[in-house]
Amino acid sequence: MAPLLLEGSMFYFILNRLAQSLLVMAVVSAISFSLFNFVGDPVNNMVGQDATREQRIEIRQQLGLDDPILVQYQRFMLNVAQGDFGLSYRIKQPVSQLILERLPATLELVFASAVIAVLTGIVLGVYTGIRRYSWVSKIIMSVSLIGVSLPTFIIGIGLIYLFAVHLRWLPSSGRAGVIELGGWKTSLLTIDGWRSIILPAVTLSLFQLTMILRLVRAEMLEVMRSDYIKFARARGLANRAIHFGHALRNTLVPVITIIGLNIGGLIAYSVITETVFQWPGTGLMFIQAVDFVDVPIMAAYLIFVALLFVVINLIVDILYFVVDPRIRRGGS
Amino acid sequence: MAKLDQSNSRWQRFLDNDIVYSFFTTPGAVIAASITFIAITAAFAAPLIAPYNPFDPAQISLWDGKLPPAWSDGGSSAYLLGTDNQGRDMLSTILYGGRISILVGIAAVFLGMLLGVTLGVISGYFGGFTDTVIMRIADVQLTIPGILVAILINGIGRAALPLELREEFAIYVVIVAIGLTDWPQFARVARGATLVEAEKEYVQAAKLIGLPKITIILRHILPNTLRPVLVIATIGLALAIIAEATLSFLGQGIPPTTPSLGTLIRVGNEFLFSGLWWITLFPAIALIILVFSVNLLGDWMRDALNPKLR
Repeated sequence: MAPLLLEGSMFYFILNRLAQSLLVMAVVSAISFSLFNFVGDPVNNMVGQDATREQRIEIRQQLGLDDPILVQYQRFMLNVAQGDFGLSYRIKQPVSQLILERLPATLELVFASAVIAVLTGIVLGVYTGIRRYSWVSKIIMSVSLIGVSLPTFIIGIGLIYLFAVHLRWLPSSGRAGVIELGGWKTSLLTIDGWRSIILPAVTLSLFQLTMILRLVRAEMLEVMRSDYIKFARARGLANRAIHFGHALRNTLVPVITIIGLNIGGLIAYSVITETVFQWPGTGLMFIQAVDFVDVPIMAAYLIFVALLFVVINLIVDILYFVVDPRIRRGGS
Repeated sequence: MAKLDQSNSRWQRFLDNDIVYSFFTTPGAVIAASITFIAITAAFAAPLIAPYNPFDPAQISLWDGKLPPAWSDGGSSAYLLGTDNQGRDMLSTILYGGRISILVGIAAVFLGMLLGVTLGVISGYFGGFTDTVIMRIADVQLTIPGILVAILINGIGRAALPLELREEFAIYVVIVAIGLTDWPQFARVARGATLVEAEKEYVQAAKLIGLPKITIILRHILPNTLRPVLVIATIGLALAIIAEATLSFLGQGIPPTTPSLGTLIRVGNEFLFSGLWWITLFPAIALIILVFSVNLLGDWMRDALNPKLR
């Protein structure tokens, strides 16, 4: 039995990555914490400009702002660990509650985009991979090149102009048809909700769709040249069986990896998409918080995003370790 | 041999250079470089060539507001691309806006380059713990999409400024935010080039004759990292211009008083519903052309300056 803490063992690898993740979270939370102290005056934010000097001193003591900085940091971390980010300066409600209210909108948007990107990307990728020289494939490839190099917000504006202003088929902004389902506010169960999510979801998905399309196409071209496809043809299998049963199945491993890695990308770009379409998610909340210097919301969003990426990367790293034995020998 | 070399004129030798040769035989590169050159010149010469000064109240008339482009119904030949809601000539605002977009892009890339190359060369030359720390930070930052990093840093920077100073300093906050987003790319490339150079004999020789480390780094290593850094800088410029436009579009960037292309698109977006499409469309087209040509130029450079790809 291999010693658990030996360099190169799975346990050591995970421990190493875990330590690194904790370090990242410590740095990000320190930045969030310092926001409270260096951005704006928390006492002013609580009592307004008219408070007397005595009131201010009293509130400073109540908030513990006179304690040593390390004591304050420790208190902040303990609260954060319990999901307590304090009250929003602007709305005067617990930040954790505000984020939980907004989270379903962002997650549904990201989910819808991921579904669009994966399904369309794989179908178009397989098509352009098999019918490489048809003019339809050439059009798909050229359009996808344009799609990947245009800024997200310009694509969003273009779609709004075409489908909301010009054709009047779809709403231009907002999240309609929201119903509550066991505490989760969803817009995926009504026609209005579907109509309002189409444009933002398509906008958000375009970039990932293009990446998946190109990857699947490249993998298909590679696989279609391989010997076992030739043998499959020689055995007289139908084209459909070869394309989907043999070729596509073998392209899926890298595709799944890329999809996993790109969930983070979807969440990043959702900040832009949510603002373009005024989609009431966490990204729009952050942008509004910056405008109003709503420090508790900003700090919470910072920690939320960091945590998300740390977890995604940790999972990807561990999966790589499980899948690819070469990493175990150390070095990247 | 020496005589032969002298018989060639400088110009001839310039044309025989493999990179110059590759440039003139790649039509895409020539077109991209021309458009980039024209765009940058036009933007910098904006005060000279723009028909109006959009920031001079004396030249703006609200009566001329919301005029469509010259070729459509109701357009005026005085305003080729129409006017915005305040009666500013679109062509002029785009030229002035493009200037700000390009300036912010260049400044941000320069900051990222300065930071990244410095850290990258240090990392590559000294190795060890310094190297591990710097490159781990770069790796961690690279796992988060650049635009999100820029939005977060920019947001913190904006919030940290007192309200009355926000507009005035917005442009610097944007430059710093994008610069701090850019650096890991430069650091990686500079570190790689440094590792290769530091192994070479002339650097070993320089060490042997006892040149100070700082001289070796500045005189011998740094110049040899510049080729790959230039490629990253060009592609980075396109990304920086997009990042600036995105921040400005989100209302987190350059204020409407001195608009960049992104700010113009944001302002115009509010009039899209009333059918005033030209206020958004023309700045958007200008942005797309600018970014496309810089990108194409960067792609060509990557191929031409990287001997492995040839």
